[in-house]
Amino acid sequence: MALRLRSSLSKSNFFNILRYNNLGFGTASQTTRHLRTHDPTTLLRVSQNPITRFCNTMAEKLSSVGEHEDANAQVMDFPGGKVAFTPEIKFISESSKERVPCYRVLDDNGQLITNSHFVQVSEEVAVKMYSDMVTLQIMDNIFYEAQRQGRLSFYATTIGEEAINIASAAALSPQDVIFPQYREPGVLLWRGFTLQEFANQCFGNKSDNGKGRQMPVHYGSNKLNYFTVSATIATQLPNAVGAAYSLKMDKKDACAVTYFGDGGSSEGDFHAALNFAAVMEAPVLFICRNNGWAISTPTSDQFRSDGLVVKGRAYGIRSIRVDGNDALAMYSAVHTAREMAITEERPILIEALTYRVGHHSTSDDSTRYRSADEIEWWNKARNPLSRLRTWIESNGWWSDEEESDLRSRIKKEMLEALRVAEKTEKPNLENMFSDVYDVPPLNLREQERQVRQTIKSYPQDYPSDVPL
Amino acid sequence: MSAILQGAGAGAAAALTPFNSIDSNKFVAPSRSSLSVRSKSYIVAGSDDGTNKSFGSSSLIARRSQPLMIPNAVTATKADTAASSTSLKSGHELLLYEALQEGLEEEMDRDPHVCVMGEDVGHYGGSYKVTKGLADKFGDLRVLDTPICENAFTGMGIGAAMTGLRPIIEGMNMGFLLLAFNQISNNCGMLHYTSGGQFTIPVVIRGPGGVGRQLGAEHSQRLESYFQSIPGIQMVACSTPYNAKGLMKAAIRSENPVILFEHVLLYNLKESIPDEEYICNLEEAEMVRPGEHITILTYSRMRYHVMQAAKTLVNKGYDPEVIDIRSLKPFDLHTIGNSVKKTHRVLIVEECMRTGGIGASLTAAINENFHDYLDAPVMCLSSQDVPTPYAGTLEEWTVVQPAQIVTAVEQLCQ
Repeated sequence: MALRLRSSLSKSNFFNILRYNNLGFGTASQTTRHLRTHDPTTLLRVSQNPITRFCNTMAEKLSSVGEHEDANAQVMDFPGGKVAFTPEIKFISESSKERVPCYRVLDDNGQLITNSHFVQVSEEVAVKMYSDMVTLQIMDNIFYEAQRQGRLSFYATTIGEEAINIASAAALSPQDVIFPQYREPGVLLWRGFTLQEFANQCFGNKSDNGKGRQMPVHYGSNKLNYFTVSATIATQLPNAVGAAYSLKMDKKDACAVTYFGDGGSSEGDFHAALNFAAVMEAPVLFICRNNGWAISTPTSDQFRSDGLVVKGRAYGIRSIRVDGNDALAMYSAVHTAREMAITEERPILIEALTYRVGHHSTSDDSTRYRSADEIEWWNKARNPLSRLRTWIESNGWWSDEEESDLRSRIKKEMLEALRVAEKTEKPNLENMFSDVYDVPPLNLREQERQVRQTIKSYPQDYPSDVPL
Repeated sequence: MSAILQGAGAGAAAALTPFNSIDSNKFVAPSRSSLSVRSKSYIVAGSDDGTNKSFGSSSLIARRSQPLMIPNAVTATKADTAASSTSLKSGHELLLYEALQEGLEEEMDRDPHVCVMGEDVGHYGGSYKVTKGLADKFGDLRVLDTPICENAFTGMGIGAAMTGLRPIIEGMNMGFLLLAFNQISNNCGMLHYTSGGQFTIPVVIRGPGGVGRQLGAEHSQRLESYFQSIPGIQMVACSTPYNAKGLMKAAIRSENPVILFEHVLLYNLKESIPDEEYICNLEEAEMVRPGEHITILTYSRMRYHVMQAAKTLVNKGYDPEVIDIRSLKPFDLHTIGNSVKKTHRVLIVEECMRTGGIGASLTAAINENFHDYLDAPVMCLSSQDVPTPYAGTLEEWTVVQPAQIVTAVEQLCQ
């Protein structure tokens, strides 16, 4: 990174001045870092005379100060850049008078808002978006029921957040790497993960990519650039920054995209990752699904800021607030953000406002902490599917007949996938020990041998559906 | 289902088949093949019988290091290199941190995916100068200065590794990596497994640890104790410039996540190392001094305390066999086992705390596997279960000293 110093002094003279004055900037390397900013508005113009350096230091871009030297300008450059002084004691308010407005394109009834800006979607893309949202909804319902019937051990639905999942995925390219939390199977669905593959992972059978090692909904696909879900909250955010850094080093036309919820934004990893992404100038999209609830914790107990969007500025990150139940708005926002992230090499924060219609998971009954009316209202009045459906129907791209055809077809496919997955064999015992390392070391081979020996001695205690 | 009987690094099935009936050569074979699977194009030599096992067209050689007798080991003195360079005519002398840097630089030259991230590793050159000069040579992106958040940059390294880079994550002090425990345990150790082998995480996590000179309790921690249970990671500890460079290179080339433990007080050790390229095997222990009477197992800085005690012991007529275990996870039970079978007495000297340290696991592993070969109980000398005091005199007494080692050997060999 070249040091651009528009000054009559040479660089070495400048350092001499700093050292002479013992300005407490620390090591030379710290000084270099301080100066090595890209922003041309923070260049320093320094006086020749070291003793009066501070008095004559000028601000380049203070709105109230003119171009010329003024001893009463009252500015000082601390490490990090110039700061104007003020004699008034004024605290920045903890919140602005108005909340940050939310970008939306379709109104509650699915009508295009006049004068709305959005990225045009073709019929093909719009219909695929809608079909995938329907598929996701049906898949969620069927899997949820399967868990209730005892066929699946666990499941977490995405109901209410289909637009975030599908529309964001539609706006990305297949090379963009995804770091999900656990409520984004729609992204995989868009990219081509089949219903059978979803079912295989949920049943943990031998066709599962993950070889049956994880609990349901912890999908992962190397092929589709979707990183395996790790149950820990927000740990995927720093991972995404690292991936973005890797893409930037390889100069790829792709970015990293990571999803998390309003609860996840309280984790330390969120703050660190945003900070890092800004400093590293990493092309990463941080998409927050602010769905109002973190299990039973409402957002009022999670943070006291105006949602997530205002946090971006604290880290120097460009941010936007979007209506997460508006597929067109999500599509446009993610599409635009992706362009910015890659071409300008910067992170972008997108806060998608939505509502978690389903329970946190099958281990949760959300009516214990919120009213059933509230859930019902969001499901009916603010449903992302119906809004998009109205719009595509108004363009003549969809009909009732196609709707019922799609639904019955998907339902049949889904039930078949469930049936097949349930009957498929589980992965064999060897998979308990493989992939811990690239090659199983001696101790693991030994432990496997012991387990097998125990099974031989007590075959009746061993599950019958796990092949040896 | 029975619980797993062995701890880390278990050897043959001790409980189920009589140990004596196993031909020790058969016991050798599995571990050899596990090593040779990894060898691929470079030669990994150094078997017990001294012959070179496998050969390739590459000119890389990994030798077992010759026994080093190092007087006044802890301070920066010139090592007695006569014994170490008998088979080499040339070589160059450097300090341990320079050896680490050399290994790092060679790997960064060799593979453009290798990168370094950590605090102050770039233009500052690293707190212990291991990354000195690398930022100038490879640029800001490949030697990345990060803000202060260990969990975040470890997470970042893991994400970058899953996308194709090979990061070396530096903790300024191993103790700081406690903040990165979440990422190391949950993501680094597990994701290869839970993704069904789809994503590999070839990271190296390294940094200085151990008790220094009055660095205070927080900066004198032995993280190998805490990390040893995490499934999916490998741990190695370097102790000489030779094995520091070799282990660094091997760790970078490994597809598994490897944690490389360096010691704050060993960075200025000087030794002459070969000019030609070499790596050290990650799973192998190092025979420092062959002997007959007792096996002393140690690693990192304690190696030098043991060697100092060895001098005294030799004068008193004992013949200790000193092994630097180097591989903390998994243990090289092959080398250790052969030694126990020869000497029948084991003393473990470590810097970890008494409770739950490497010595505790090693004691359990030896007792389980080689019980029939022991003439005396396994003795383990470790630090007390106290935070390391700042006062120099007290700090010295939390670390095992040569005099205690001599006394322990005399006790065991009665």
